[in-house]
Amino acid sequence: MRALTWHGTQDVRVDTVPDPEIINPRDVILKVTSTAICGSDLHLYDGVIPGMKSGDILGHEFMGEVVEVGPKSTLMKGQRVVVPFTISCGQCFFCKNTQFSACDNSNPVAKQDASEKLYGHAMGGIFGYSHMTGGYAGGQAEYVRVPFSDVGPIVIPDGMEDEEVLFLSDILPTGWMAAENAEIEPGDTVAVWGAGPVGLFAVQSAKLMGAEQIIAIDHHPHRLELAKKFGAKTINFSETHVREALMEMTGGIGPDAVIDAVGMEAHGFAVDNVLDVVKQKLSPGADRGHALRQALLACRKGGRVSVPGVYGGMLDKWPLGAMMEKGLTIRTGQTHMQRYTKDLLHKIQEGEIDTTFLISHRLPLEEAPTGYENFHDKQNEWTKVVLKAH
Amino acid sequence: MANTDDAPKRTNRDDKDGDLAIVGRSVLINRPRSELFAYWRDFTNLPSFMEAVEKIQMTGEKRSVWTIRAPAGQTVELETEVTDVVDGESIAWRSVEGSQIKTEGRVTFTDAPADRGTVVSADIGYEPPAGDLGRVVAKLFAAEPNIQARHELKRFKMLMETGEIATGAYHRS
Ligand SMILES: [Zn+2]
Ligand SMILES: [Zn+2]
Repeated sequence: MRALTWHGTQDVRVDTVPDPEIINPRDVILKVTSTAICGSDLHLYDGVIPGMKSGDILGHEFMGEVVEVGPKSTLMKGQRVVVPFTISCGQCFFCKNTQFSACDNSNPVAKQDASEKLYGHAMGGIFGYSHMTGGYAGGQAEYVRVPFSDVGPIVIPDGMEDEEVLFLSDILPTGWMAAENAEIEPGDTVAVWGAGPVGLFAVQSAKLMGAEQIIAIDHHPHRLELAKKFGAKTINFSETHVREALMEMTGGIGPDAVIDAVGMEAHGFAVDNVLDVVKQKLSPGADRGHALRQALLACRKGGRVSVPGVYGGMLDKWPLGAMMEKGLTIRTGQTHMQRYTKDLLHKIQEGEIDTTFLISHRLPLEEAPTGYENFHDKQNEWTKVVLKAH
Repeated sequence: MANTDDAPKRTNRDDKDGDLAIVGRSVLINRPRSELFAYWRDFTNLPSFMEAVEKIQMTGEKRSVWTIRAPAGQTVELETEVTDVVDGESIAWRSVEGSQIKTEGRVTFTDAPADRGTVVSADIGYEPPAGDLGRVVAKLFAAEPNIQARHELKRFKMLMETGEIATGAYHRS
């Protein structure tokens, strides 16, 4: 089959690789119909996530048709499913506790060692996202092996288009959980750093949860326009002092909740960011945290901090004093996908959430490298790329 | 030493017990204690999650011969005897007198608080032999015995909780 493979920093190629096979009883093989490039794929593309090997198949946002079924799968051939990017067993303490992304059993044993050492505990498995999260082949391919297929995949009703539901694989539930972690109450002002896919879904979600004022922060005009479409106010950080603007827009109080939908590749012109960039180049374990530091300083006293943005390593100059003195609450984490997929599918069906607005480009799988390059370099215009694998 | 420390012996800074090096680990398994005990009590089940062990053959009520995979397609045999069984709670074994590898182990099953299942702890002591056999034992306990112990227990947990052992493999090899 054909698959998008990683070969090094900013080097991805479409190669011919062997077809996947059923290995474990609960597996299925999926014929991928649509798959998306995610902002966190750019972390792999930029080589800042450790544990990648040449030839790894990328892609963690995908959907398709079940073509082969393991003896203990509950899926049936011919069903159309969207697959969550996190892999969850459904049986461990964490899955039973609906903390699905913390699954104890989805990251193969030998692959758990790296994260156990780095984080104190082993990570759960993720498709197409380095050997630290399992070394699973991803879905930017013609076919993909899906383990624990009785737990993760959600069956799509007939009549719904791929593009309406594809983002249930990651960015929509991630945006939703970001807003949920911000503990939004009616009347709140919420500031969202990053008007990329997750930030934009966080804006929509926050609104559905009753936020009165939502302020999106980015430097790409087109992405800010999209945020405006969903009723957000905007701050372009290349033109405006963000913290000052937030104070002025909230009568000096600051936002009740802040959401960092940027993660470790924050842009910015402040000194701390320049130092972070240098450190990240020197050691892949260092994170850039300008957006997060700014969010912590801007958040009102007693406010809530939500971090859906991806961080992998260490961050210094953490404003711990601000956090403690202001009494901030912080909530983070990879998305507990299975908690949200069913409800969000329903919200899409009811027309409460718009998903397709994000898609700016549709490419055949063969042109995936072009997709990566442009999604990376032209974030203003290339807001979301969907690859058609068949 | 005064008894001011409730931590298990395997976490002591001095990881020795007499002439044996000791390693071990606890895992929380979301299954009933009786079920886990019963599975482990039948030693012929152990190769289903112990990667280095090819098979275990019972040679008596308490004795069994473990066939362990060694480098270059070789195998090495280790005879053990069960020394102590507390029904539903623990199983202990040791290598028989005159074995090439000197090892002993105990696995303990305890109810986890708040109905979370069972805490399974293994304590394994071993005396690494020198020479060729040393390499075989290195394979048995991996380069780092603690790593091997935690890998075996995590595979046990996966098998008991999910019925399979997670793999990122793409092809049956
Ligand atoms: Zn993603
Ligand atoms: Zn689990």
